[in-house]
Amino acid sequence: MSGIKDYLPFAGEAGVEELFLLAGRLRGRPVRHVNSTAVGGGVAEILTRMMPLLKDLGVETRWDVIKGNERFFRITKAMHNALHGGSDPIGAGDFAFFLEVNRENAREMDLADEINFIHDPQPIALVEERSGRGGRWVWRCHIDFTEPQPAVWEFLKGYVERYDCAVFSAPAFARPLGVRQVLISPSIDPLSDKNRDLPEATVQEVCDRFKIDRSRPVVAQISRFDYLKDPVGVIRAYKLVKPHVDCQLVLAGGGATDDPEGAKVLEEVRREAEGDPDVFVLFLPPASDVEINALQRAATVVLQKSLKEGFGLTVAEALWKAKPVVASAVGGIPLQVTHRHSGILTHSIEGTAYWVKQLLNEPDYAAKLGANGRVHIANNFLITRHIRDYLLTFLSLFESKDIVYL
Amino acid sequence: MAASFRFYTRHNLVELLGRRATTAGELRDGIASVPGASIYYHTHRFLQQHHYLSPEPPNDFAFWVTTSLGLDALGELLASVDTVRCGRIEDLRARTLDVLDAHLANGRTRTTACPEGEDFHFMACRTFVLPTPYQARDLREFVGVLDKISIHSIYYHVFEARLRLEKGVNDFSTWFEALGHPDLARAVSRLDPYTMTLDGLRKKIIGEVQRHVRD
Repeated sequence: MSGIKDYLPFAGEAGVEELFLLAGRLRGRPVRHVNSTAVGGGVAEILTRMMPLLKDLGVETRWDVIKGNERFFRITKAMHNALHGGSDPIGAGDFAFFLEVNRENAREMDLADEINFIHDPQPIALVEERSGRGGRWVWRCHIDFTEPQPAVWEFLKGYVERYDCAVFSAPAFARPLGVRQVLISPSIDPLSDKNRDLPEATVQEVCDRFKIDRSRPVVAQISRFDYLKDPVGVIRAYKLVKPHVDCQLVLAGGGATDDPEGAKVLEEVRREAEGDPDVFVLFLPPASDVEINALQRAATVVLQKSLKEGFGLTVAEALWKAKPVVASAVGGIPLQVTHRHSGILTHSIEGTAYWVKQLLNEPDYAAKLGANGRVHIANNFLITRHIRDYLLTFLSLFESKDIVYL
Repeated sequence: MAASFRFYTRHNLVELLGRRATTAGELRDGIASVPGASIYYHTHRFLQQHHYLSPEPPNDFAFWVTTSLGLDALGELLASVDTVRCGRIEDLRARTLDVLDAHLANGRTRTTACPEGEDFHFMACRTFVLPTPYQARDLREFVGVLDKISIHSIYYHVFEARLRLEKGVNDFSTWFEALGHPDLARAVSRLDPYTMTLDGLRKKIIGEVQRHVRD
């Protein structure tokens, strides 16, 4: 596992030094993270990478995982979907059971740390404990919150407002709330398999394995096979480009094989791509991080034509590799791409095709967008910035002024 | 003898105000009532997040009005609000409102709505200032530190000090003046930091100091 000093090439000496300065101001204020899973999923992934770095900086920190049975996780899954605007039924009995499990966990946990950092809705009701045990409480929402179902939001809001502050990943997720709301974007880890530098031979080997011809331009969308990622729309955009530029399209991603919708999407994508040898539909197994990295590096232009998006870290991954990106202006994507400065934002299949043609025909302009994008990610979306924001959030719990002298 | 110059740095925590605008009229009303920290954030965010680009993109208000409302003329006017001539955030708010009020007076563009999903979200920032281990006793040491200090430190001493802390002048010029170098102080305060990248600004200041030492 990497240590904080391994990030010197990315954050710079001054940047790492400043992290130590901030962490030093937290001495004597232990932090406890609580979430609902130790492995799998984005939250566990980021905590796994972040915990050793926080410790390396001298922050006294620990990570607890709440326990729940199948019914509890079925309810929390329904809540998750409801926060995305879905309509899975959740009854009064479900809400009561959800609270019961939270209270059971609270009884077993020693929530005496000074700062309790609670991730996502599953453990949200642990905050009931604050009246007896004190401390400062932060609720971190990692999920898309644009159109939450009113009943579920009303239930959760009652708990969110008991925290000292709520943290969201994109401005659109902010709500009129009686507590402070902080914006902290997710991040990518430049040392992970998905993002670290790769030897050219590895990129070539992966392309050879999938029979991708690197002498012709490659347009790629590396994303889960999901309707919300609009893979069929990507193929239609490619079909508008193809008569003018002899390019290939790579659609690569994973998806749960037991997810009937995922399988249906994949089938539709294959049907749409049928008969065109220049369209590569690659269903990647789990643990394909190096392949994903290589395919992004092999791409001439990277697309993320999502219809809806939480944050869209695949965009940050592509920009980190200095790729010109054409992406939809949804969710957290506009935070990563400033139109015509660090990438291209589009709203339609036609617009996507138009800009892909432009970028394939104007490689110098495309390269400039990619170079700007990489610097933007380096400055704003690497794990070191994420850690800095967490440290600032913790420090902000003890201050009330706009300008704080530490 | 002037005291040593102690370099500070600063970091911002971005706060969401839970308020949004979908038309120029709503943007105007929001600008009139959000805290000063929000005006500061939206007129300086680009500078901090995109400091590698030169010339800098305009402020958030101008960018949104142009790209999401398609009101190019209004966007251009908002981008032209001369931040460097505003000594206080409230001056900046007043100038921005003057531009919006004059343009929206005819009522035609007041209610033009942005596309779905492109709302303007008002945000603000909380700034944490902390001392770095670096200080300079003379101009030679100053150049040595300025060359390696983070851009956040440069940002603090130039932008934050002048406008947000309402000192009216950047910290470097104040120190040069106290050190007995009024010409250098004037030369550095004459620079328009809004028209260059932060690294460009670093090089410019170092160049001014070196020229001054040579002369």
